Amino acid sequence: MILNSKIPAGQLQSKWEDYKSTCKLVNPANKRQIEVIVIGTGLAGASAAASLGEMGYKVKAFCFQDSPRRAHSIAAQGGINAAKNYQNDGDSTYRLFYDTIKGGDYRSRESNVYRLAAVSASIIDQCVAQGVPFAREYGGLLSNRSFGGTQVQRTFYAAGQTGQQLLIGAYQALERQIALGNVEMYARHEMLELVKVEGKARGIIARNLITGELERHFGHSVLLCSGGYGNVFYLSTNAMGSNVTAAWKAHKKGAFFGNPCFTQIHPTCIPVTGDHQSKLTLMSESLRNDGRIWVPKKQGDNRKASEILEEERDYYLERRYPAFGNLVPRDVASRAAKERCDAGYGVGTSKMAVYLDFASAIMRYGKVEAHKRGLAHGDDKAVYQLGKDVVKEKYGNLFEMYEKITGENPYEIPMRIYPAVHYTMGGLWVDYELMTTVPGLYALGEANFSDHGANRLGASALMQGLADGYFVIPYTLGNNLADDIRTKAMPTDHPAFAEAEKEVSDRLTRLMSIKGSESVESFHKRLGKIMWDKCGMARNAKGLQEAVTEIQALKKEFWSNVRIPGEISEFNPELDKAGRVADFIELGELMCLDALQRNESCGGHFREEYQTEDGEALRQDDQYMFVAAWEYKGDSRFEMHKEVLDYEVVHPSQRSYK
Amino acid sequence: MEHHTIGLTLKVWRQKNNKAKGQFETFNVKNISTEMSFLEMFDVLNEQLVAENKEPVAFDHDCREGICGACSMYINGRAHGPWHNTTTCQLHMREYKDGDTIVVEPWRANSFPVLKDLIVDRSSFDRIIQAGGYISVNTGNAVDANSLPIEKHRADESFAAAACIGCGACVAACPNASAMLFVSAKVSHLALLPQGDPERKIRSVNMIEQMDKEGFGSCTNIGACEAECPKGISLENIARLNREYLGAVFSGDSQNA
Ligand SMILES: Cc1cc2nc3c(=O)[nH]c(=O)nc-3n(C[C@H](O)[C@H](O)[C@H](O)COP(=O)(O)OP(=O)(O)OC[C@H]3O[C@@H](n4cnc5c(N)ncnc54)[C@H](O)[C@@H]3O)c2cc1C
Ligand code: SF4
Ligand code: FES
Repeated sequence: MILNSKIPAGQLQSKWEDYKSTCKLVNPANKRQIEVIVIGTGLAGASAAASLGEMGYKVKAFCFQDSPRRAHSIAAQGGINAAKNYQNDGDSTYRLFYDTIKGGDYRSRESNVYRLAAVSASIIDQCVAQGVPFAREYGGLLSNRSFGGTQVQRTFYAAGQTGQQLLIGAYQALERQIALGNVEMYARHEMLELVKVEGKARGIIARNLITGELERHFGHSVLLCSGGYGNVFYLSTNAMGSNVTAAWKAHKKGAFFGNPCFTQIHPTCIPVTGDHQSKLTLMSESLRNDGRIWVPKKQGDNRKASEILEEERDYYLERRYPAFGNLVPRDVASRAAKERCDAGYGVGTSKMAVYLDFASAIMRYGKVEAHKRGLAHGDDKAVYQLGKDVVKEKYGNLFEMYEKITGENPYEIPMRIYPAVHYTMGGLWVDYELMTTVPGLYALGEANFSDHGANRLGASALMQGLADGYFVIPYTLGNNLADDIRTKAMPTDHPAFAEAEKEVSDRLTRLMSIKGSESVESFHKRLGKIMWDKCGMARNAKGLQEAVTEIQALKKEFWSNVRIPGEISEFNPELDKAGRVADFIELGELMCLDALQRNESCGGHFREEYQTEDGEALRQDDQYMFVAAWEYKGDSRFEMHKEVLDYEVVHPSQRSYK
Repeated sequence: MEHHTIGLTLKVWRQKNNKAKGQFETFNVKNISTEMSFLEMFDVLNEQLVAENKEPVAFDHDCREGICGACSMYINGRAHGPWHNTTTCQLHMREYKDGDTIVVEPWRANSFPVLKDLIVDRSSFDRIIQAGGYISVNTGNAVDANSLPIEKHRADESFAAAACIGCGACVAACPNASAMLFVSAKVSHLALLPQGDPERKIRSVNMIEQMDKEGFGSCTNIGACEAECPKGISLENIARLNREYLGAVFSGDSQNA
């Protein structure tokens, strides 16, 4: 099969404009007859469902939480990028495009990324119109900050709660459409199967999580906005419920999986404290605007941070990457932290942590404030207090969260941080129209593989989710549905629905009847450990091969020894979790296979065999300038297809942040 | 931080479904690290129950970062437990001593029926938002974001109200099970912004009407909601809502609602 990415012809800058002016449309009367299923109500799903409802389609939206407002997007902290150039610091659509391509280590599709950059400015306009309370300056205009991998200030934010505010905006738009009867909402429902009729996606089987009943839902098209799969590692910054099930079911029904091994490890998270740990907490990248990262210059230094003098500290990011300093991209910052800790310079009891220190930022801000108040010669204590207030306004909620979790006050003692799994660049392969290899099935937001290549820049996931939902799918869906207007809504007693429902119920019955002795949680932890040790921040061929064998064994054990208490036809969170872990196990195997076939290092994919002398990722452009799109061929069998990436505008080079 | 392990007695509300009668069940847990979060302590309990072939305790949770609003435990008589401005998931076990007894119940309110154990149905909150908790603007209609400057302190105040996570602790804490703090947070968030102005009157009237329809109690200014709200939503918002509401009702403009 040859993958057709359907990139429109023409100049990079005009592709999307041309597409929008020439794509097919569906007239209002026909839209009312067309049903669209949206799985997920995060930024991608809520924005898509609301926009499509406004346009007149009949939409059904699903989420597994008790309310669409609780989708994992709510937890995003730092901000959202847009090429507004409000700071007059040289930003432009092209620069955002270029930064994203470079940040992704040249493993994404130029046309998609350019479109993303081009619509980014409209996202901010849309959100402000909805009442998203972004941070503002005293003049009343919007405020910006910097994120990693860029030299401009293009990140819009709402304290450390940007995701919450953006999602509430999209959620409210969605609720409005629900009130108007354009969208029907199914909360506490989980999609467990895709239904295909004559090769096209035509519906889903969902389980009502409260009653355990299986339901059939028809849709002319199905949109998967089901988020990322970082929880395959068990410990990650993702919400506990984030999972791959919707995407994985689609994969098994013919949707190719793109670059599954591309995982983002975020450099600044609160370190693991023990086996009881259920998740890891992110400390937003925005903190690297002001926080300086360091370790002691001496190995195994057990003194308190405050006892280590300035000249005894190694600000290793500033030392290694003077041009970007603490604001290097995530993959680079994470590897540098791991390198220091592995070499014996780590701090804290576990020695698997580095410091993120705000002392100098507090004093710097304090001096500015003191100056403003004519206190230029104020004593250090007064300056410190003024500076502390500024830092509090910027990051207060993050500092509070840190203190609640660790019991330490980060204004006084530097934060201890360590990298953790955070985001998955991989996902369902989609073409320019966001359609998967199953006609009529689309993937939006983190669930698709598209725009971030091998490493995502901070504040770009929110941008992508909303771009996909508000500004891309409304056009591309119509372009395809225009040919479907004669298709009548299908009754769900169609054999394809019956068959899909039976598959689901057989699988659930099988899970419940194992009645083994090991908990779902325990299997998930074991999978996570294999993945983190062998397919995590550093990977090598031997480890990956071992991981594949270990995961296959784990899968057998799972299906013969998992214990799920409770009943099948009732509210049963253990059963929900079991289904998700079963899918994670299968996905984990594919991730290792993908990491194994990619004999190069790029972005977050670091193969130890391929590095430069000073430990940077070494790409092999002549062999791996492609997207690996995996086709499911049956149990543990996958076939790889390649979408070759053509760089027409940007010239890939060794990424340098020095 | 220094840490150690403790043992606890837990009295937890168990209820099979929304029709069943519930009751407390008592458990003992050991080896609880004081570094754990409250929900991680429940993870330990649940692993113990699975090992004994019993059904784990069902509870809502997702982000475990204090932002999604899913977690909702009523701990020793307090919504979200003893820590100020803190959700259940962010409460940590260093609060407790070896040998402590902790009583854990679901939110109690007629408008939040129990679905199972500690899980309640809060869809009434979504329906209140449906009644008007939004600005009616379709995708693609927006003007340039900076064409509308907003005074910083107004924007900040709006943001402070928008920080509500829709958890329902205010309802659980209120002896009348009133949802006024939740409703007022949304009305304030939108009323403080110029974008929200055109629908201001209809919004407050419709949202209050829906709140009454859902069976939430009325507000008698007790203030328990503010005290237990994990996001520090202030009672001033209720005062503002009252002004908005009265203004709308007396001007008669709410008729076109
Ligand atoms: C802690 C944290 C902080 C972050 N901060 C930032 C940031 O500052 N800036 C930035 O750009 N990005 C950030 N990110 C990344 C960003 O938040 C996510 O990539 C993005 O929100 C994903 O949005 P989404 O709409 O694709 O999916 P999600 O928000 O994950 O939503 C998934 C939806 O799918 C539903 N769902 C899933 N499976 C099923 C199923 N089988 N059946 C029914 N429903 C289902 C869920 O219920 C949910 O509604 C952060 C991520 C984390 C973890
Ligand atoms: S007002 Fe506070 S307590 Fe009430 S729902 Fe909002 S965040 Fe929760
Ligand atoms: S689990 Fe999200 S707020 Fe507690």
